[in-house]
Amino acid sequence: MRSQKIGSIAFWSLVVALLTYMTLPTIVVLMTSVNPTEILAFPPQGVSFDWYVKAVTYPDFQIAFKNGLIVTACASTLALIVGSAFAWLIHHYEFRGRGLLEGVLWSPLIIPHFTLGFGFLLLGGAFGVQQGYVMIVLAHMVLVMPFVTRAVHVSLANIDPALARAAANLGASPFQVLTRVTLPLVVPGMAGGWLIAAVLSLTEFTASLYVTGSRTQTLPVAMYNYIREYADPTVSAISALLIIATTLIMLVADRTIGLRRVLAIDTH
Amino acid sequence: MIQKRPFFITFLAPAVLTAVILAAAIFEVLQYSVREFIPGSLNVGGFTFANFAALNKPIYWWVLADTFFISLLTAVFSLLASYPVAYALVRAKRDWVRSALVSLSITPLFTGEIVRTFSWMLTLGTDGFINSVLRKLGVIDMPIQLMYTRFGVVVALVQFSMPVMIILLATAIAHVDRDCERAAANLGASPSAVFWRVTLPLTLPGILSGIVVVFAWTMSAFSTPQLIGGGKILMISNLAYLQGFSVLNLPFAATLSLIALVCALGSLALMKGVTGRIERRLAVN
Repeated sequence: MRSQKIGSIAFWSLVVALLTYMTLPTIVVLMTSVNPTEILAFPPQGVSFDWYVKAVTYPDFQIAFKNGLIVTACASTLALIVGSAFAWLIHHYEFRGRGLLEGVLWSPLIIPHFTLGFGFLLLGGAFGVQQGYVMIVLAHMVLVMPFVTRAVHVSLANIDPALARAAANLGASPFQVLTRVTLPLVVPGMAGGWLIAAVLSLTEFTASLYVTGSRTQTLPVAMYNYIREYADPTVSAISALLIIATTLIMLVADRTIGLRRVLAIDTH
Repeated sequence: MIQKRPFFITFLAPAVLTAVILAAAIFEVLQYSVREFIPGSLNVGGFTFANFAALNKPIYWWVLADTFFISLLTAVFSLLASYPVAYALVRAKRDWVRSALVSLSITPLFTGEIVRTFSWMLTLGTDGFINSVLRKLGVIDMPIQLMYTRFGVVVALVQFSMPVMIILLATAIAHVDRDCERAAANLGASPSAVFWRVTLPLTLPGILSGIVVVFAWTMSAFSTPQLIGGGKILMISNLAYLQGFSVLNLPFAATLSLIALVCALGSLALMKGVTGRIERRLAVN
């Protein structure tokens, strides 16, 4: 019994140590963002929000944030529309070439982002729209679509098929079944999928580095360019803001759909 | 006439269009990889396999080997670090502990690679967190070099990959039939024997898929070796970027990008084969 207790304490200490390792960088970045001095000194010399002021007034970051919002809004909304329709399709129908189509549309989960970004850069070049919004939006859209499709597919699978049958038997047209029965039931899944897509698009870096130009760069690309030239905590402040924003969005997503289901973590 | 398959074409068309655009982008990479490089020009020449032949140089083999080595180290250490967390996440008795563990282990997944890489730069730097703390404690006099080392890159990559590894392991651990464990315990097995001889072997498929997913994922890592490696550690992604944007040799950059894609697909195909075999064996026993 005693050795079991010691074992349990050792195990939980190990878990806490590993979680500390996982969260340490986030704590460090939050600490430096409120540190008044220029050099990245530890422990912090006080509390100041100067870096936040500098970060949100820095023109490159302002433009990049605006670019990012445009790209994210377009890409995740497009992914939502196309992905939801596709999820509905594979939930209801068997058809020839379905496996191939699914394989291609899931593949961005496997394809290295730099290969995909390079592909979209070359494709943009072939159509003369290199580093323009169209290619950035398309690249982001295909990258985030698997997550939306998955979220909607899970929601669809949880609907009782008797509901649609009952509506149809009572005389509802397929269109009415879709809009008055199915759609209201998958709205939470769609909302959650859209939020995940938006967060992934907003923070996507590698593919964006390829497909954006100096005028169309998104926030992570602007941060990367800043890091390479300067070493002050302005990027810490931006990072802190991004960490807070994404955490809040993911909490909302978790509330609306249950993140664990979308990520397929079924613990119980 | 009653429609047999309502909405079929309406819902299929956008998905097919998206798939075609995606395939076209990848085809462009393929197409550029077999084109001739014209130095000083972004235009490409005729069909050639010269880019693949050009790979056969010690420096490129070294980069490829390093990419494999770093990815393998990351996968193994990620497994070792994630298993206890995943086990705690599934088996914790209190609900709030489970929720807290899920939140803590998954949120890093959504902060984006630039934020995470930058955070590690602050942590590992010469004046960074680790060096400052160690100096304050009097453990070291001179800062230790963590940035621009393979060690630093792996430390950051392991942390990045842990959320994914934890998700895969937690799923595997949750699927272990507790009756098997109880049976072993009733037959006199000690708790550690139950874990090593029952639980762990039953989660082998999850362990393998975790290792391969993290391995494939790490092979396509870009920003971590780029910023923490700082040019001293080159992975295939960094070499491809260098070739594309500094040397402006687009065909060779395409060749390297294609090889990275093939490696990622290859390791996943390998996983499917291996886990399939293990699952069959587990089912038989």
